Amino acid sequence: MKEQMKYLKLSKEEMANLLDELRREFRVVAPVRREGLILFEEIGSGKEAQLDFGNSRKSPKDFFFPQMEVLFSYQLSDNELKIEEPQPEPRKTVIFGMRPCDARALLLLDKIFLEGEVQDSNYRRRREENIILALGCTHPRRTCFCTSVGGNPFGTEGIDALFIDLGKTYVVEVLTQKGEELLRDRLSEADEESLKSAERVKREAESSMGPQVKAKELADLNLLDIFEDSFWDQVHEKCLGCGICTYLCPTCSCFDVIDEKTDSGGERIRLWDSCLYPLFTLQASGVNPRPTGRERMRQRVLHKFKYFADEFGQPSCVGCGRCVVSCPVNLDIRRVVNELVGGKA
Amino acid sequence: MRNPFIPRLLRVERVVIETADNNIKSFHLSFLMKEDEEAFSYLPGQFAELSVFGKGEAPFGMASSPTEPGLRFSVNKAGVVTTALHRLEEGEMVGVRGPLGRPYPIAELKGKNLVVVAGGFAFTTLRSLVKYILDTARDDFGRIDILYGVRNPGLFLYKEELEQWSKRDDLHLVLTIDREVEGWEGKVGLVPNVLKEIAPNPDNTYALVCGPPIMLKFTLPVLRELGFPPERTILSLEKRMKCGVGMCGRCNIGPKFVCRDGPVFTLAELAQLPDEGL
Repeated sequence: MKEQMKYLKLSKEEMANLLDELRREFRVVAPVRREGLILFEEIGSGKEAQLDFGNSRKSPKDFFFPQMEVLFSYQLSDNELKIEEPQPEPRKTVIFGMRPCDARALLLLDKIFLEGEVQDSNYRRRREENIILALGCTHPRRTCFCTSVGGNPFGTEGIDALFIDLGKTYVVEVLTQKGEELLRDRLSEADEESLKSAERVKREAESSMGPQVKAKELADLNLLDIFEDSFWDQVHEKCLGCGICTYLCPTCSCFDVIDEKTDSGGERIRLWDSCLYPLFTLQASGVNPRPTGRERMRQRVLHKFKYFADEFGQPSCVGCGRCVVSCPVNLDIRRVVNELVGGKA
Repeated sequence: MRNPFIPRLLRVERVVIETADNNIKSFHLSFLMKEDEEAFSYLPGQFAELSVFGKGEAPFGMASSPTEPGLRFSVNKAGVVTTALHRLEEGEMVGVRGPLGRPYPIAELKGKNLVVVAGGFAFTTLRSLVKYILDTARDDFGRIDILYGVRNPGLFLYKEELEQWSKRDDLHLVLTIDREVEGWEGKVGLVPNVLKEIAPNPDNTYALVCGPPIMLKFTLPVLRELGFPPERTILSLEKRMKCGVGMCGRCNIGPKFVCRDGPVFTLAELAQLPDEGL
């Protein structure tokens, strides 16, 4: 039997208090303003949390799949080698203010890190322990396209409780048991009128979304047909290969593994990497299967919208638009997808 | 749950310089822990990520057969990790993660003739396969031809074993070098040319091929002309890899990851994929 959805409410003035109360028990991560950028960080006070923002510059995937992570350290003495794994964060983490697209991105990362034959144990621990209090998007940005790739400004996938901004108050949709345990004694029940307002806010946000990106149509094209298309000969030309799109992307999961050495030991470290870098696929023999920007951009686009979509039934993109906003040469993934599909129509 | 990025520890038992140019060494390794040895249960064609602590990891196919104790890797000195491996001495410690990838389809090969075609130092996992067959169930397979080519005689791997294999009447071993060398009694000529000359019968036969891209480019058409269908032409591929378990995102050919879905593929499987080099 499906339990009835629970709706709570909270006045905006009480938000800082709620976060401070949660901080007694949890590490609380929220959007904060740092040097003009909105970023997700652990907060030292509920007041630090920014409640009014488009989206964070960098996605909060860091708190599940960190940009840099020590996999293990080792000590060498008398030819005895000891391997040690780092101690995990002792407190559970509450992430407040995550956008629904970024929460949905975690479900796509799960496919890579949890649902294959081998599971990433560190990622799994963070997925199990972190609690996600998301903030719905009352005002989607012009670069947002979540509804083209299976999402919604008020999507609930991967979220424990969704906050809906009604101006002076929030309506909170409690979506999981984790969310319920966290919030039920801290917030009051929502009234009928607030629920109606919430529905209106949702409808308005959805109808404000820009034109659709043809992600589904791209996935339906024949791979061998689009792979050798002359489209790729030019589309990559203005790309600088800086990789910022891959670093800000909430679904990009490629990584490098390196060793750092000290006198008596060292660490093995995992770092985010980018398919747009020439060294990404360079073999020690000198062979490079993706020697130019043409092959590398083709890999980025087709991995997200074709290979991933074929394997998992949805593209590896949640439409957050960060790559569109931050590309230094205005290379717009929406146009790339639509033009590739358009050329095949 | 075991962290898949933590290597198992092995000791370097023996280092053998395989080639006259000193560029390929074989490392005979033994597991420090009995339970690690038991957990590392592999078949020919699979690979592992070999760690030199402080330098990093790189992928290598097992050159040993599962019928032999410990593990053996034959390593060509080319990059950071392979150079560090070449500096290792007996008694030192390395790490291994694996076994990774899909092995040669041994059950499917049973009852068939095999033509093994190898070039350069890519002979390693094919050596593992032949050794495994000889040690377990030679009678389950038909005729076995091995064609192995290198640039000059000093570059053959496992010279003593090849010597023994050349005397067996259940293996047909053909060794070839690129150019005439005094005292050389084997074939002279590139692998594809010698393959054309010895013209193995494709009936009820699988071809197993491993070598550098340039050799594959000229050898695969010869196999096709000889009548080997793509379903019975098996390759083992090489790509840059980090994780070895389909996560780090760099070894894919279109939708398939060489580490997870390979490194062993039939030519028929590869025909379904876009061309990202062999």
